[in-house]
Amino acid sequence: MTGALRSSARDIARAVNARDVSAAEMAEAMIPHVAQADSALGAYLTLTPELMREHAAHVDARIAAGEKLPLAGVPVAIKDNMCLRTTRTTCGSKILEKWIAPYTGTAVARLLAAGGLPIGKTNMDEFAMGSSCENSALGVTRNPYDLDRVPGGSSGGSAAAVGGFEATISLGSDTGGSIREPAAFCNVVGFKPTYGRVSRYGLIAFASSLDQIGPFARTVEDAALAYDAIGGHDPMDATSLDRPLESTADGLRTDLRGLRIGIVKEFATDGLGAQIDACYKAAYADLEKLGAELVEVELPTAKYGLATYYLIAPAECSSNLARFDGVRYGLRVDAADVGEMYEQTRAQGFGPEVKRRILIGTYALSSGYYDAYYVKAQKARTAIADDFNRAFAKCDVIASPAASSPAFGFNAKSDPVAMYLMDYYTIPVSLAGLPSLSVPCGAVVPEGGTRPMPMGLQLASPLFTERLLLGTAHAYEQATQHAVKLSPVAGAAK
Amino acid sequence: MSIADAPAPLTPEIRAKYETVIGIECHVELKTASKMFCGCPNVFGGEPNTHVCPVCLALPGSLPVPNKKAIEHMIRAGLAFNCAIPSFSKFDRKNYFYPDMPKDYQISQYDMPLTQGGVVRYWLDDGTIRECRLTRIHLEEDTGKSTHAGSGDGRIAGSTYSLVDFNRAGVPLMECVSDPDIRSADEAVGFLDALKRTFVQLGVSDVKMEEGSLRCDANVSVRLHGAPEYGTKTEIKNMNSFRSVHRAIESEIERQIVAIESGARIVQETRGWDEAAGTTHSMRSKEQAHDYRYFPDPDLVPMEIAPAMVDAIRATLPELPIARYERYVNAHQFAVAQATQLIENVSLADYFDRAVAIAKNPAGVLNYLLGDLSRLANENGVNVADSKVTPEALAELLTLIDAKTINSRIAKDVLDRLWKDGGSPKAVVEKEGLAQVSDPSAVAGFVDEVLAANEKSVADFKAGKENALKFLVGQVMKVSRGKANPGLVESVLRERMQ
Repeated sequence: MTGALRSSARDIARAVNARDVSAAEMAEAMIPHVAQADSALGAYLTLTPELMREHAAHVDARIAAGEKLPLAGVPVAIKDNMCLRTTRTTCGSKILEKWIAPYTGTAVARLLAAGGLPIGKTNMDEFAMGSSCENSALGVTRNPYDLDRVPGGSSGGSAAAVGGFEATISLGSDTGGSIREPAAFCNVVGFKPTYGRVSRYGLIAFASSLDQIGPFARTVEDAALAYDAIGGHDPMDATSLDRPLESTADGLRTDLRGLRIGIVKEFATDGLGAQIDACYKAAYADLEKLGAELVEVELPTAKYGLATYYLIAPAECSSNLARFDGVRYGLRVDAADVGEMYEQTRAQGFGPEVKRRILIGTYALSSGYYDAYYVKAQKARTAIADDFNRAFAKCDVIASPAASSPAFGFNAKSDPVAMYLMDYYTIPVSLAGLPSLSVPCGAVVPEGGTRPMPMGLQLASPLFTERLLLGTAHAYEQATQHAVKLSPVAGAAK
Repeated sequence: MSIADAPAPLTPEIRAKYETVIGIECHVELKTASKMFCGCPNVFGGEPNTHVCPVCLALPGSLPVPNKKAIEHMIRAGLAFNCAIPSFSKFDRKNYFYPDMPKDYQISQYDMPLTQGGVVRYWLDDGTIRECRLTRIHLEEDTGKSTHAGSGDGRIAGSTYSLVDFNRAGVPLMECVSDPDIRSADEAVGFLDALKRTFVQLGVSDVKMEEGSLRCDANVSVRLHGAPEYGTKTEIKNMNSFRSVHRAIESEIERQIVAIESGARIVQETRGWDEAAGTTHSMRSKEQAHDYRYFPDPDLVPMEIAPAMVDAIRATLPELPIARYERYVNAHQFAVAQATQLIENVSLADYFDRAVAIAKNPAGVLNYLLGDLSRLANENGVNVADSKVTPEALAELLTLIDAKTINSRIAKDVLDRLWKDGGSPKAVVEKEGLAQVSDPSAVAGFVDEVLAANEKSVADFKAGKENALKFLVGQVMKVSRGKANPGLVESVLRERMQ
């Protein structure tokens, strides 16, 4: 059975649907494996063995009744900002450390209805604010390819779980790069669909106009399978797109003939160091070898992405996080009056990065500053989206780095702005709402490091072209096979 | 305080120097099946925290989805007052912390409300018609309710803990803001009456002030007549009936004039109305005002209002109270109080209009409606409109009276029968043989019978006692069991006794 733990979701589902192996057997193999392996990795904040067994029994019963499920018996992990009924849902924060969700969010419910078996809830930067998982108030997650390095963030636990073979598929959320950057760090595929493709109902909001749920997987095809299961319109989310979802997992393309791939002039990699530069130049050359035509495109406003994002996202978060006030749920620090209760609860419940962003956002929305900051940022956001539209007149898919570097060591980015810069390439894509993913594209030995660390290639495509995007990544992955060239380190899961 | 320090008494002469300027802001809960952004029932009361779900409790991860019916209600209300309905509108977040507001922001509308401008026309008790312009009507969500315990009197001061009921949280609420066009407490109440009647008529709200489905604040200032600028205004809150609105405004006008006359300045502030004390008191000054940090709600997409939708709603607008009022007063010559009484009860006014359309006798219909029918309705605890007496039946009854087929004495009996059993008055009259007897020979028969039995009265009449005739008419009516035509009876009696 341990072999099955390294299998793809496609193969597991095929075997479980064929009744070669039962979902219950998958669960019983996975439960002790994760309990043991995760002590080194720390991918999970909460394990849910009973729930996993319950779902396994349910899946087996459905298959016995003749159903075929696309993710039958596939062990899945869920980022801890998504509600799962009867389960602790913390957002990596002290303020929700003991909160048990009384309902299940749409994407999670769909993943489980497709046959997924929930292993547990994964660690994350508090309220999804961060790029290393170090902002979690509840635990440390380590990179499965070097335990002294971070897994990336904010969906670091979900990326590490899949990269370290502690889950076959996991769900993350991406606001400015929180799926794509940790995917790059952990040698997995991380996919952020078009904004509005996956319901946000049950996803604890960071920045509502940017947050999007997406899957992590070890193959593009598995990511596509998961996306097909969770995507589509949801009447519980007013921003969810009410347009048909085309299936992506079947018949993914294996060559890139006839495709024009845009290389962004402003995202030149020669300043990132010789090794990294060589890695991306090789990746672009591989795309060309597969039949694509490389074209240079310009995104002149992309350089304003970070500044724009760090006004819009904090503004929304300052309002979204107001509800954590100690009145109805979560941490409450008792005090003499309600005003002091709010202050003490939030002072003790939120960590420094969350507080920093609430302060920035509150300031940006304040009377007298709103036009200069929030309104201007919205205009910049439109300009950035327009730049992408112009670029897509010249190309079908844009390729770029997923992150500015491979995984870094703990405490390496103590300056918040240095941390923010990790998302330089992913943020403009998020502001434009585009579908985007990171696919493994090789490895480099970081400065001061001893082992080669995985690198990620970001691909982005026009709104609603998930099938084109996943097909491009699949062709590249099948031709290069970068992911399987690396193995997790001793101590992490085997 | 010595006598010399006491403010000068407010004489009618001093008061007459000042003009009052009032603007009203009122919140009206919309009548919908479910709440504004979730599927919980929109009903008053219930055990605390039983009409709640993840969305209206603002549980982490929950999202709002707008109620289409509430948006339609807003457009209906806006069209009734000739507001402009923009083709584009959106929801904004109004950010502030309050324990009974679950998200610690309220979904509201800031710079692009669903309706803009418009005019409310209304009448006063003396029949004058007034107009007050509207600034806007916007859509938002209601909050929960806090109860403070441990202080003995339910006040927050001295309480040891508070309880919050979220049943009301998320109920759709429209906020109507008027221009400062109102000039007296009477006008303020007239304006509010007009809003109330119109919203009830449109079916957009029940407008029950006692259940809190209408709550209003008044911005009040005074200035010398002819002054170019408005005086400094205060905002009066905590008025929970139209009567307290009237009293609070009167009290505030007096307070402001007395202050100005004694040389003090009015401070711009929020003042609470104290019903028991009959005065307003300072709650917070402008300096303590919140910065609500409004911004467009990213959980909700902007609304595009299709002109076809607006036209469809416009086509279903009923006749509005002010139009009805003018019709009753101008076409039917009703007194203000009668017209108002009818319009106050939409089903009664509808009933009236249906009956008048057939009977063509507005005064007669009104007389029965506010008289005998209302009496029967009160006695039986039933609405006239829900009774067995249909407007068509009442119209038929009036036609029978007007054609002198029956007299009013018989009509009363017929109405009693209709109230019990329903049906057609004509059929009742025919079946019971209640038609008025106007045949002279038949009447003469009754007359002769009575004359024979009342020789003394005949003698009295002949001796010049006119009262004897009245007695004899009564006797004939009795013998004919009320059916004889009373005019004919009198003339036959006079003829026979000559």
